[in-house]
Amino acid sequence: MSAQAKRLDRGGRIDRATPVNFTFNGKTYQGCAGDTVASALLANGVHLLARSWKYHRPRGVIAAGAEEPNALLQLETGAYAVPNARATQIELYEDLKASSVNAWPSVEFDAMAINGWFARMIPAGFYYKTFMWPKSFWTKHYEHYIRKAAGFGVAPVDHDPNRYEKTNAHCDVLVVGAGPAGLAAALAAGRSGARVILADEQAEMGGSLLASTQTIDGQPAAEWVSAALAELATLPEVRVLPRATVYGYLDHNFLTIAERLNDHLPLRARSANRERLWRVRAKRVVLATGAHERPLVFGNNDLPGVMLAGAVSTYTNRYAVRLGDKAVVFTNNDSAYQSALDLHAAGVNVVAVVDPRSNPQGELPLAARAAGIRIIDASVVTEARGGKRISGVQVMGLTANGEVGGSAQALDCDLLAISGGWSPVIHLSSQSCAKAIWSDEKACFLPGKPVQAEVSVGACAGEFTLNAALAGGLAAGAQAAQLADFETGVPATPEVRDPLEQPMLALWRVPSPAKPGRGSKAFIDFQNDVGVSDIRLAAREGYQSIEHTKRYTALGFGTDQGKLGNINGMAVLAEALAQTLPETGTTTFRPNYTPVTFGTIAGRDLGELFDPIRKTALHGWHVEHGAKFEDVGQWKRPWYYPRPGEDMHAAVNRECLAARNGVALMDASTLGKVDIQGEDAAEFLNLIYTNAWKKLGIGMARYGLMLKEDGMIFDDGVTVRLAENHFVMTTTTGGAARVMTWLERWLQTEWPHMKVRLTSVTDHWATIAVVGPKSREVVSRVCPDIDFSKEAFPFMALREGTAAGVAARVVRISFSGELSYEINVNANAARQVWDAVMAAGAEFDITPYGTETMHVLRAEKGFIIVGQDTDGSVTPQDCGMGWAIKKTGDFIGRRSFSRPDTARSDRKQLVGLLTSDPNVVLPEGAQLVKNPNAPIPNPMEGHVSSSYWSANCGRSIAMALVKDGFKRMGETLHAPLGDGRVVSATICKPVFIDPEGAHQNV
Amino acid sequence: MSEAVRLQSPLVGFQLDARADAGVILRERAFCSHLNLRGEQSDPAFAAAIKQVLGLEVPFTPNTTTSAGDQTLYWLGPDEWLLVAAPEQAATLEAALRKALAGQFASVVDISGGQTVVELRGGNARDVLAKGCPLDLHPRAFGVGQCAQSHLAKCPLLLRPLADGFEVVVRRSFSDYFFSWIEDAAQEYGFSVVS
Repeated sequence: MSAQAKRLDRGGRIDRATPVNFTFNGKTYQGCAGDTVASALLANGVHLLARSWKYHRPRGVIAAGAEEPNALLQLETGAYAVPNARATQIELYEDLKASSVNAWPSVEFDAMAINGWFARMIPAGFYYKTFMWPKSFWTKHYEHYIRKAAGFGVAPVDHDPNRYEKTNAHCDVLVVGAGPAGLAAALAAGRSGARVILADEQAEMGGSLLASTQTIDGQPAAEWVSAALAELATLPEVRVLPRATVYGYLDHNFLTIAERLNDHLPLRARSANRERLWRVRAKRVVLATGAHERPLVFGNNDLPGVMLAGAVSTYTNRYAVRLGDKAVVFTNNDSAYQSALDLHAAGVNVVAVVDPRSNPQGELPLAARAAGIRIIDASVVTEARGGKRISGVQVMGLTANGEVGGSAQALDCDLLAISGGWSPVIHLSSQSCAKAIWSDEKACFLPGKPVQAEVSVGACAGEFTLNAALAGGLAAGAQAAQLADFETGVPATPEVRDPLEQPMLALWRVPSPAKPGRGSKAFIDFQNDVGVSDIRLAAREGYQSIEHTKRYTALGFGTDQGKLGNINGMAVLAEALAQTLPETGTTTFRPNYTPVTFGTIAGRDLGELFDPIRKTALHGWHVEHGAKFEDVGQWKRPWYYPRPGEDMHAAVNRECLAARNGVALMDASTLGKVDIQGEDAAEFLNLIYTNAWKKLGIGMARYGLMLKEDGMIFDDGVTVRLAENHFVMTTTTGGAARVMTWLERWLQTEWPHMKVRLTSVTDHWATIAVVGPKSREVVSRVCPDIDFSKEAFPFMALREGTAAGVAARVVRISFSGELSYEINVNANAARQVWDAVMAAGAEFDITPYGTETMHVLRAEKGFIIVGQDTDGSVTPQDCGMGWAIKKTGDFIGRRSFSRPDTARSDRKQLVGLLTSDPNVVLPEGAQLVKNPNAPIPNPMEGHVSSSYWSANCGRSIAMALVKDGFKRMGETLHAPLGDGRVVSATICKPVFIDPEGAHQNV
Repeated sequence: MSEAVRLQSPLVGFQLDARADAGVILRERAFCSHLNLRGEQSDPAFAAAIKQVLGLEVPFTPNTTTSAGDQTLYWLGPDEWLLVAAPEQAATLEAALRKALAGQFASVVDISGGQTVVELRGGNARDVLAKGCPLDLHPRAFGVGQCAQSHLAKCPLLLRPLADGFEVVVRRSFSDYFFSWIEDAAQEYGFSVVS
């Protein structure tokens, strides 16, 4: 066949001067700019595009838009692969490569088509019934087979090279769909000055007008479209989004749009963003989403060459494709007569129009008759015949009681245009929670009473004439603008003339002359291979709810989501259950209207941008000095600073020894800090912490434990008193935000009478901890105006002065048990002060250390880390920190101490552990048992919460939470490990160095 | 602080890159004085004390600002405001405000080291913010004289429309993420950093 042999010589909106080469199933074809893959293949006479999901029946293009259930293609390969792309929506580009899904070894010869021969043996629910037993076979055999047999396209496994973005948008009026109603609405709203977004899923705006032969104000419809778009382009507050699918209508008029920015370009020409997700808040929404034509249901109605009549007109008029040589039209309404006329005008032999109605007298039927087209009235197509393409139909008369009768006549054809009426696209309206209403008159579901600020216009509201679409669109657009507080009137409706139509005859399934269970399969849901017989079977087996029937038969599953088949399916179920369609109801429409790529949903929330990486003012220094970093909450904290040739173990050992024998420094800026002021500040701390605060001297600091109402440890830290009514609290790094929220919550909701003001100062203060026996000498040099003598500056005191010329608050506290000072300065000056400390400590070989060394140093002293040695189920008493609880007075959590479970004395308690082999370091999290050889389930006595190699102790040390641990000193427990080893360890007090606290008492 | 002190802003390390055609132009106003103010709106003495020290009316209307010279007061909440003033004034202003507010249920906290001011200008300043900020940034909804606390992606921030762009107050520890996010989002418009 020569290139584009089925391309009409004239007409259409494709650009014949710009040929586009592409490959389908390995064969090269040529189309034109402006084609979709579907129209280009049809222009090359290719109708067989796919195999069906279950029976592997040959399938062709049936529709021309998002509702296409059959023509799902695997687009491109490797990282650019798109599974299940609808051929009707893929814009053609140079070097496009596509192939059929669900066909093996090829779409022309599909080995799985043998399933079709066994169709009667694999009805709905077949999988549920057959593959139930034995259970173990499910994953190993059945599922494997079913997946291979039933899969659609193949998802790419390579890293997606495309870039996706998201953006937020706000508008007064969002218009969904740029057909006649949507364009009219956008014009009317836009002229008011309102902020309008007009989104349409197609590349070209205009919707049905692009294939229409009607005139508007005496001009071809497409010219009116051009003029409307030109005017919209002049309105500065109107944004027109082509290739943009509004796929979700969520709460509070929040809608989501997937805009495809470069899928229409050749792969090599793609750059920047592939798709943009618009998150839109609209004051008003005008839905102008059009309607999908319904198929008619008869035997073999899925053969390639059977197409929706409206799609036939679209391919003929818009894409200039000659779809066949001999066409039959089968319709229960007037609109498909236009398709007969369009085919006739394009030179296609229209063999007949088959119409179940008697003697149709609408304007279009009359025009068809006048054009010499034969009309076979009061008749139906009972069966199509053919193999990989339709070759003819069987036509029988329809009696008054709805049965087929009389003699069958056979008509040859290679194209059958069908129309069962139109279903408004109420998906978004339904998503917005408007409950669809059945219209007997229009034989379709109409959008229900709006729940949100929206209105449906045009075909999606069941107004199928052009005049109604334009008038409705203009009125709705103007009203939406008015409701958004813009003054505007309704523009005059342009002049159009719609043909006078006669009512349709609802025909949900064509009566079959064959006995029940015999005859060729009549499909309702093409994508999921659901036929009339499957739905009837479901009804017989007791599935009465449409939701259950859907799940039993797969009706409306998949990428199709029932766009074509649902109404027919509901009608067949209604008939089987002898009830009405509204009684049967619809399934729920959910986002997404059409599939959305994961890339679009992810946007730029990837890699380094996925979550904030918070850095301290000294981060640059740490990087320059080779620090390895650890994530602590959102912060990057130096973990350790390896010198050349050092591994982590060596670096941490060196840092630990320096802190206990010389001097070391750490960036402690990430600690949460809260400035607390007000006359009730001390009383507030009394209630928040477990200990007493009123008598804390000015210029002194105190450690505090914070509990939740349940008496469990929530956070801890040191708080200093700067003045009578002024404190600064420190919190754990990871707990800063939740502690701040916690404090505000109690102040605002429980204690609004307290005069306390809180301000986060976490980011303002950089904190440098200087630790070790030599720390006093170092800080004395850095802060010459502060007296660091033991008497003048005792433990747990604060002094203000300058550090390297910078105003500083210095606190003598210790998280290591050594003499230690924390210098707090404005973070802008942190680097200067840090450099000064490094310089002052140079002669003592001052050593920067990271979080790992900090953890080891505190574990050597048995200091807890909230969140590591506690897990929300640990009380202060469990940690041996009863000393931190005041004898009298209330605080958050106190009451829970009297709960029997909290008060009992044999809870899990924090103890030390020394392994029998001092060289073995227990893994944190290891479970402890009495007898490692006891049968499973072996009772667990506790678990290791902290465990390190301690260079200062020359052995491993660990902390553990052990049942009744305080009374079990000296007992040996065992940790059976995942690798088969069993490590024995003896319970001890969790203080491994300097138990009398002499180191910091200097 | 003395002249000898070397300061580093949260955006230290980012290179200036002045490009004429950039749709997004970022400029940091480093080292401004930032003071957090808490006080009682119902107490006339509060506004009076602030006015006495700053010469500024306290903005009581939610999400508004008042400005005079290089000082701006931002409404942050029913009892919370932010004062941004020129560099090196924090200590003086803090002392003066403390004195004026003595005896009131009020607080003044210097947070100058904890945040920085960034200005975004250029033809796409609004577009780039809209990518991460869910607020309606259109001048009809968010104009000069207003302010709002919001977020850009996962970075908390304080926004204020300028006549020709936006001012953003961003926390120090998030500023690196903020900058990277803006730089990435501005890719399609062209991005420039000026002094």
